[in-house]
Amino acid sequence: MSNVFIALQKNEETRSIVNAIVADNPGAIVNEQPAMVKIDVPDRLVIKKSTVEEEMGRDFDLQELHINLITLTGHIDETDDEFVLSWAH
Amino acid sequence: MDMKVNKKLGLKERYNLLTRDLAWTPTYQAVKDVFPYTEYEGIKIHDWNKFEDPFRMTMDSYWKYQAEKERKLYAIIDAFTQNNGHLGVTDARYINTLKLFLTGVSPLEYMAHRGFAHVGRQLAGPGPRVACLMQSLDEIRHAQTQIHSLSNYNKHYNGFQNWRHQHDRVWYLSVPKSFFDDAVSAGPFEFMVAIGFAFEYVLTNLLFVPFISGAAYNGDMGAMAFGFSAQSDEARHMTLGLEVIKFILEQDPDNLPIVQRWIDKWFWRGYRVLTLVAMMMDYMLPKRVMSWKEAWEIYAEENGGALFADLARYGIKVPKGWEQACKDKDHLSHQAWNVFYNYGAAAPFHTWAPSEADMKWLSSKYPDTFDKYYRPLWEHYAAEQKEGRRFYNGTLPMLCNVCQVPMFFTEPDDPTKIAYRESEYKGEKYHTCSDGCKSIFDHEPEKYVQSWLPVQQIYQGNCFCPDADPTKPDFNPLAEVLRWYKMTWGQDNLDYADSPDKKNFEQWRQQATGN
Repeated sequence: MSNVFIALQKNEETRSIVNAIVADNPGAIVNEQPAMVKIDVPDRLVIKKSTVEEEMGRDFDLQELHINLITLTGHIDETDDEFVLSWAH
Repeated sequence: MDMKVNKKLGLKERYNLLTRDLAWTPTYQAVKDVFPYTEYEGIKIHDWNKFEDPFRMTMDSYWKYQAEKERKLYAIIDAFTQNNGHLGVTDARYINTLKLFLTGVSPLEYMAHRGFAHVGRQLAGPGPRVACLMQSLDEIRHAQTQIHSLSNYNKHYNGFQNWRHQHDRVWYLSVPKSFFDDAVSAGPFEFMVAIGFAFEYVLTNLLFVPFISGAAYNGDMGAMAFGFSAQSDEARHMTLGLEVIKFILEQDPDNLPIVQRWIDKWFWRGYRVLTLVAMMMDYMLPKRVMSWKEAWEIYAEENGGALFADLARYGIKVPKGWEQACKDKDHLSHQAWNVFYNYGAAAPFHTWAPSEADMKWLSSKYPDTFDKYYRPLWEHYAAEQKEGRRFYNGTLPMLCNVCQVPMFFTEPDDPTKIAYRESEYKGEKYHTCSDGCKSIFDHEPEKYVQSWLPVQQIYQGNCFCPDADPTKPDFNPLAEVLRWYKMTWGQDNLDYADSPDKKNFEQWRQQATGN
């Protein structure tokens, strides 16, 4: 079992995204570094549009992730509702 | 009249409309005449439509989000400039990492732009073509933002003023330059594996993530802004690299050995370029986020390990040289900074011996190697410097014919023995620094015998200005080479301790806190 991860710039917008990731991924390990946050999850990391919207209190298009994304690893499966990183096939 | 109301299109439909529906099969020209470079590397593609770009960016969303990134980036750069951000960094020593980064990397961004524009035109599938087009635009954006950032530091610090001129001439800049020259002069599939996969997916995390986080830690919001803004595109680039690899491997089993050889080659070439990053992280940042060794463990061993475990289902093996690279993590930065300390007269940035506090940190991060192999060296240099004998090496090192790094790397199991490898081609001897570089040379000797090696070129007399006269009795070859580099002696080079950068920074800091 390998980790997948995502790293985001640390700012007001990503605070909500990080909270959403933590809420939806019970195994998430949040690692705060200068100016950035890296989140590791064993096997599969999901970002749910609905949870981010609840955290932000506004509509959120998952492609907005691109603005604050620093890096990631794993295979990506993106729909209108979920952004998933995993090593699954 | 009945109005037909269309449902709003989903992400996948929008993306398919942009890619598949915009492509067509030519009828009055042969496909191989339209895409002449897709066959000679031996890669077999049967169905381009099988390529999937999971990000599914369409042009409208691409422009929208890139514009937003640009607004954020320039807001930070403006704020940094208006607020005299160049005085807010931990120490002006730090600026030397930027001299290395901006002069070494910015021209590579431009080469990446050209490479992806070219390859995007040559790949016969619309999916990768669109992704390459976006990447090509990203890369020129990175070149532009880095040049903009550079102009601000250039107003206050030395060493930036001739960066483009120097990129094609200065000895250590041939390391990153030759890496990209090698990639863009390869075929389109090799370029994708070299840059899209090996560099973007396996290696940029080590370049942009911990180092840029380190820039922020040292108070440099300018470098943080361009670095993270660039890396936000890299996430898309990594995805392109990984998806292209998966696509090629799934298309035909005959592709596997060709791809494996490219992965071996480009992992090793990229790893050698990162030598510069190792010393930036361990020796050049006054405040450090993590050591090179820790970064290697997180981003290479853990993350890269997971990636190669996943690719094993195609028959891909961990790249040749991986094991050695993992052993080198205890030595790389120390050996590299030693060489730059030696040649601090011939580089347009400053070098210095680590302080006692720096060495304490290095001992704690490298308990098995620093005190045993490297501390005595730095203590010796410091003692010499105290006596007014700051050591500068007056001779030039032999360069590896492939990676172009001076041959200072040691044998994987003996850090006291320099590694030399030798190959013969058409009666001439060529030297390489490692099994990795020798294997690359031996596979394509006709390519690497053409390497433009700065040290060899200097000794052949090809690195002087046209008015230089080597027959004059007072001819000073080093001074003449620096004149050709457009470097100013005592201003751009030598030890940080005696530099105008240090003097200016201290004076400006005083002014910043009083009248």
